[in-house]
Amino acid sequence: MSLQRLTLGFVPLLDCAPLVVAQERGFAAAEGLDLELIRENSWANIRDRVIVGHFQAAHMLGPMPIASALGIGHLTVPMIAPMALGSAGNAITVSMVLWSDLEAAGAHLGASPAHQGAALKHVVDERRRRGLDPLTLAMVYPFSCHNYELRYWLCACGIDPDLDVLLVVIPPPFMVDALRAGQIDGFCAGEPWNSLAVERSVGCIVTSTAEIWNRSPEKVLGMRADWAESHTRETRGLVRALCAAAHWCDRPERHAELAQLLSRPQYVGESAEILLRGIAGRMLLAPGTEPKPVPDFLTYAAHAANDPQPRHALWFYEQMVRWGQVPASPAAAAAARSAYRPDLYRTSLAGTAFQIIDNGGERDDPSGFFDTRSS
Amino acid sequence: MPDLLRILIVDQNAERAAILEDGLRDAGYKDVVVVREVHNLLRRIVDINPDVIFIDLEDPNRDVLEQMFQVSRSVPRPVAMFVDQSDTATIERAIDAGVAAYIVDGLRKERIKPILDMTISRFNAYQKLRNELAEARRALEERKLIERAKGILMSERRLSEAQAYELLRKSAMNDNRRLVELASAIVVAATDKEPK
Repeated sequence: MSLQRLTLGFVPLLDCAPLVVAQERGFAAAEGLDLELIRENSWANIRDRVIVGHFQAAHMLGPMPIASALGIGHLTVPMIAPMALGSAGNAITVSMVLWSDLEAAGAHLGASPAHQGAALKHVVDERRRRGLDPLTLAMVYPFSCHNYELRYWLCACGIDPDLDVLLVVIPPPFMVDALRAGQIDGFCAGEPWNSLAVERSVGCIVTSTAEIWNRSPEKVLGMRADWAESHTRETRGLVRALCAAAHWCDRPERHAELAQLLSRPQYVGESAEILLRGIAGRMLLAPGTEPKPVPDFLTYAAHAANDPQPRHALWFYEQMVRWGQVPASPAAAAAARSAYRPDLYRTSLAGTAFQIIDNGGERDDPSGFFDTRSS
Repeated sequence: MPDLLRILIVDQNAERAAILEDGLRDAGYKDVVVVREVHNLLRRIVDINPDVIFIDLEDPNRDVLEQMFQVSRSVPRPVAMFVDQSDTATIERAIDAGVAAYIVDGLRKERIKPILDMTISRFNAYQKLRNELAEARRALEERKLIERAKGILMSERRLSEAQAYELLRKSAMNDNRRLVELASAIVVAATDKEPK
C-alpha cells in the first residue's frame, strides 16, 4: 500500500522534534503516512500556509489556534489542536551587562524565578530613579506562550510589562545578534536560542518556563477544523504517529540521537552539542560554567504533555484578555476552549497502548506556578 | 488616477523591490518607500506611517509586523491584514507569489485591490525570471560538465571528439542515466585520480 503524503510546516526549534522523528524513524509510515516537512521562517507564514492549504497541519504556538478561532490579528478561520507537542522548553536570557546588574542586585545562577525577579525589580526601579530608559525585552510573537509567560513572571515580581519595560517582538534567528548589539536587554525564546546566546558569550540564562510554570503548555499540532473533519483517518493517524514519536523523544537513551537528527540543516541546524542541552535539560546558564540540570526543562510526552487540555486553552485566552488583545465574553471563552480538542486526541489513541491521564478539570492546578507553590 | 496612499515595501531583495517600486510608480502611486534594512523595523514603520505594507514571505520580520495589530503604546495606528472572509482567493494568490500584505484598518478594499494585484503579478514575474535564470545557469553548467567528460575520454582513450560523445551517449542510454549524470561521474572519478 502506498503512503499518503501530508505536508507539515515547522519552525526550527527543539519542540518540532516529534514531526521530524515521526517521519525519520518510521512512526508516520506505520500509520500509512509520508510527511513532507517544510521549514518556515515565521509563525505568520505557518498560520497563512495552513489557512490556504499549503500545509495540512503544522507545529504551532499553543495560543495560535485560539487567536484564529477568535479572529484576532487575522481573519477568523477555525483552527484546532488535536494534540499538544510537549510542555515547557523556553527560557529567559539577558545580556551580560544586565546580568551583572542583576547579580549586583542579588541574583545568582540557577536561583528561583521569584529570587531572580526580585533582583530584576530592583534593577528596573533603580533605572527609573536614575532616569534611564526602561529595559527592552523581546519575545517571539504576540500570541505566544513566551509572551504570556514572560508577562506572568514580570507581573508576579511586581514589574508591569507594559509600563516598566518595553516588550518587543524579534524573530528568534535575530535574537542573539540583537542582544549582542544592545538593541535588547533580554529575551524569552525556545531552544536553541538561549544556549546559543550563552555559547557565544552574549548572555546568561536567568530562568526557564519550566521553573516559572512547571509542565506549562507549549506547542501544538494545529490544523484547519474543516480539514480535520473531512480527513478523520489522516488526523487520527497523524496524532498516533506524533504521540509515538514524542514518547521516543522523551527517552534519555535517545537524546543524543535526537540531537544529531535535529542538527541536520533542513531541520533545526546548529550543533548537536548545543541542541542536546535543551533536549536533556542540562543547561549551561552562563558562559564558561558547568551544565546545570533543569528538571522537566522540555518534556515531549511525559505527564500528559500531548493531551490538548481545555484548561490550557482557557489560560491562554485569559492572558489575551488580561493584556488587552481581546475583550472578554462568554462566547470568546467558549470559542477558545473548543480550539483544543481532547476528544480527537482520545478517539485517535483509542485501542493503542498510550495511556490517557485525566489530570484535572477546567481549572489549572495552581501549584505549577512559581508564585503559588508552597515550597 | 494618482492615489495618495503611502506604500511601504519591506524586501531585502533589492532587485525585486525595485521591480515592484517601478511598477507602482508607473501605475501612479508616487508615495512608495522601500526598506531593506531590517534593524528597528517597527520604529521605522511608525516613522514612515504607511497605509499599505508589503513584505517578502521569507522574511522572519513578518512576526514583528504582526505585533503591530496588538494594542501597543508604541504604534499610533493599528494595522490589519488585508483580507476578509470573502477574499481567501486573494490571500492565496499573494502567498503563492511569496508576498504578504498589510493595510491600515478601515481602508476601502477597492483602493487596495489594484495595488495588491500589481504586487502579486510583479512578484510572480520576478520569480519566473529567477527560475528562467536558474534554468539557464543549470543548462550551462551541464554543458560544461559534458565538455569536460568528453575531454577526459578523448585523452584517456585517444578518441576523437565525435567518438567520445558517442561513447558517452551510448553508455548513458545503456545505464538508463542522464548524460549529465554520467559526465559528472566521469569528471569526479578523474578528479579523484589526480595526485593530491
